[in-house]
Amino acid sequence: MSKTIDELLPRILPRVQKPARYVGGEYNQTVKALREIDTRVAFCFPDTYEIGMSNLGLRILYGVVNNMDGVWCERVFTPWGDMEAEMRAAGLPLYALESHDPVADFDMIAFSVGYEMSYTNILTMLDLAGIPLRAAERHGLHNIVFAGGACTYNPEPLAEFIDFFSLGEGEESTVEIVNCWRDAKKRDLSKEEFLWEVGKIPGVYVPSHYEHRYNPDGTLAAIVPLPGAPAKVTKRIVQDLDKAYYPVEPIVQSTEIVHDRQNLEVMRGCIRGCRFCQAGYTYRPVRPRKPETLYNQALQSLASSGDSEITLSSLSTSDYKYLEPLTDRLTEYCAARNVNISVPSLRADNFSRDLMLKLQKVRKSGLTFAPEAGTQRLRDAINKNVTEEDVLKTCEIAFAGGWNNVKLYFMLGLPTETDEDVLGIAELVYKIYNCWKDHASNKKRGVRIHVATAFFVPKPFTGFQWERQITPEEYLRRCRLLKEHMNNKSIEYSYHEAKLSELEAVLARGDRRLGPVIEAAWRRGAKLDGWMEYFDYEKWIAALEECGVDRHFYTTRGFGTDELLPWETIDPGVSKAFLLRERERAGRSEITPDCRHGCAGCGANRLLECGRCDP
Amino acid sequence: MRMLFTKEGVAIWSSHLDLMRALMRSFRRAGIELKHSQGFTPHPELSILMPLSVGVESQCEIAEFALAEGCEIPAEEIAARLNPVLPAGIRALESWEGGQKAGKLAWLRARLTLRYQGTGNREPGTGDGEADSSAPLRSPFDFAQGKAENDRIEAIRALFGRPSLIVEKHGKKGVVETDIAPMIRELVVKGTGNGEPGTGDAADSAAGENAVVLEAVVAAQNPTLNPLLLATAIERYLPEYKPALVQCRRLEIYDADMRPFR
Ligand code: SF4
Repeated sequence: MSKTIDELLPRILPRVQKPARYVGGEYNQTVKALREIDTRVAFCFPDTYEIGMSNLGLRILYGVVNNMDGVWCERVFTPWGDMEAEMRAAGLPLYALESHDPVADFDMIAFSVGYEMSYTNILTMLDLAGIPLRAAERHGLHNIVFAGGACTYNPEPLAEFIDFFSLGEGEESTVEIVNCWRDAKKRDLSKEEFLWEVGKIPGVYVPSHYEHRYNPDGTLAAIVPLPGAPAKVTKRIVQDLDKAYYPVEPIVQSTEIVHDRQNLEVMRGCIRGCRFCQAGYTYRPVRPRKPETLYNQALQSLASSGDSEITLSSLSTSDYKYLEPLTDRLTEYCAARNVNISVPSLRADNFSRDLMLKLQKVRKSGLTFAPEAGTQRLRDAINKNVTEEDVLKTCEIAFAGGWNNVKLYFMLGLPTETDEDVLGIAELVYKIYNCWKDHASNKKRGVRIHVATAFFVPKPFTGFQWERQITPEEYLRRCRLLKEHMNNKSIEYSYHEAKLSELEAVLARGDRRLGPVIEAAWRRGAKLDGWMEYFDYEKWIAALEECGVDRHFYTTRGFGTDELLPWETIDPGVSKAFLLRERERAGRSEITPDCRHGCAGCGANRLLECGRCDP
Repeated sequence: MRMLFTKEGVAIWSSHLDLMRALMRSFRRAGIELKHSQGFTPHPELSILMPLSVGVESQCEIAEFALAEGCEIPAEEIAARLNPVLPAGIRALESWEGGQKAGKLAWLRARLTLRYQGTGNREPGTGDGEADSSAPLRSPFDFAQGKAENDRIEAIRALFGRPSLIVEKHGKKGVVETDIAPMIRELVVKGTGNGEPGTGDAADSAAGENAVVLEAVVAAQNPTLNPLLLATAIERYLPEYKPALVQCRRLEIYDADMRPFR
């Protein structure tokens, strides 16, 4: 344990909010003796403890790396603003939760990046650790910084800060990466030599091995790999999820976190193929876990954590083909022990009355739907295969069964959207309201319909990656239009911050010219940008100006289908030809059947050894 | 049923609600099924007698709980079953059936460790938490140093000899002025080097350092005196002796006759 850090902490902690986030020591955390280890990995999550500890990926990789002999992986989160200020005032460096040792002492520093608006948190953490921000300023094998996670499929905005990226699922590749580092250390390689070695591991992308050239109009002219670098880097996947590591002895958070429950990942990938959904494409191919595996994992992780709730998670859990046998067995176990089961992302279309009643026995929570668009035409264009009939039918059953709380999620600014589509949302909401009036078992309690709209962000590796984003002003106009048409005290409408989604689009679609912008925004004080308490649009606008970067280039301009896109070095499995096909079908409001109704040929099956999906 | 337990080490930074959740999870991990309330969202029947402030240590916390029907574990065994699955800093000391009525709880013995920075009362109590780890170790032969510390201890002793001590109490109704003197039953002021060795708590490391230790018995109920208010009184009346850091530990709780409350 670090003496000075442990002397400073008791003086600082009484003055910060929720100090339990900063001390570690949780049940099931991994502690190793320093004399037994040769490699220390700081697993950094660029957001708060509450968000990071809710992330299943972090829990998986923590366990995977700690299962390696001689390697100790510890956790580090972004301190909240009050803690950051106290740390800077006291000269307390960023430290890892398990040992309280400074992050600067660690051999490897891994970031799990799930969300574009956490980019500045990476810089905050490196800076608090006293580690140079830019990869080129870090020399030698000490403090190697690498990153992975859902939003690193476009790694370019972070290219300047990160030594290399680990793309796709990390269960196997992270072990290979750490071993590669240990080998380099033994052979006393230089950092450059190590980067060439680690770049040989499938799924590893070393940005410094590629040169990006631009046209006079600002578009990308060429991506030139250095001799020896692969033209494409294909993401990694786990071939057999039933054999993959799963944290059955999970760390038990010592303070409440966002997902304060066990998380059972029933499958990876999504059969649906919604054209706006990055995760839906990049998590493919679809791979379900066996219900027996899941049942055992559920029992073990519940017993080890003492949690009283378990979530069956995936991008679309009701599409999990063994959902019924699994929930049947689990409800029996859980009901006897006062454990709740929750199933998020239940779909309206195959929402079985049975399952709803079964889960209701244990707990009553609200109904949630994400029709995403207000008219069938637009839902077809985005390939969101939910019909009005499905939604109303499900509501009817639910209202008759005593539910009186519905949440509805939509997007505004979708490609081809017109005012008619916007007003279609209000129409659907009123139909749901009338459905409640006709079918509610108890009208005295009233009904609450929450409607939320998000501002559409065209993401890389989706059928809409070339689309433009509408302006924040236009988005807000559509929000107001919708609001004017939903005047009922049972309906509550909230909409996402437009400016945040605009910057999210810039960062998600950005190229290497965004690196200096991120740094400039951070130097101006941008931090914790995903939090409304901290998000400061003006700082970003000033940073963009300072760096001479036009945000509209990445948002309202849209990308040409013949344009070279910054993320084209990366192969996430789903092919560009398929994405183009999806784009064309969207233009014709033509749906693509889900994987179970026939393979649409997305290309992700190439990643499977057997070459065939089992959706 | 009741259980006596500690809250020390990293666990002191958990809030009362965090602790409740941690205990509920621990019961589940130990396979001890708690009785659940009826209704929409059944919750386990478990409570903690005197909520503890964040940052305060204790060796006398009491939890009260009821076992589910059919869970036939003898009360005395609960503590031993829980210990292997409790989080760091929480230790079950004993468990028993029944117990005194909560209303009988009357007194709390607590220890405050007031830490000063640097040496002696050079720059006393800037209170900004700036740690001075480069400060030279106090030499036992440093006469001036020893005198300054004695003055400080004498001043604090004299302060708590006063018949009335008004401090500001931050409560639900905003800030109110309260006289805490009548709520103090006993109070001893000790200098450095008097920490009881080997208890493994904060007072231990106070030995040989620049600190003053207060041990007090204060009202635990109707009205309650948060022992941290003793430090507030020093800040108010003796601003020159405001400590840089105050550490607090609950030692024991008693009924009106000064018998340990169980
Ligand atoms: S290859 Fe076919 S079945 Fe597999 S994920 Fe892609 S579309 Fe679905």
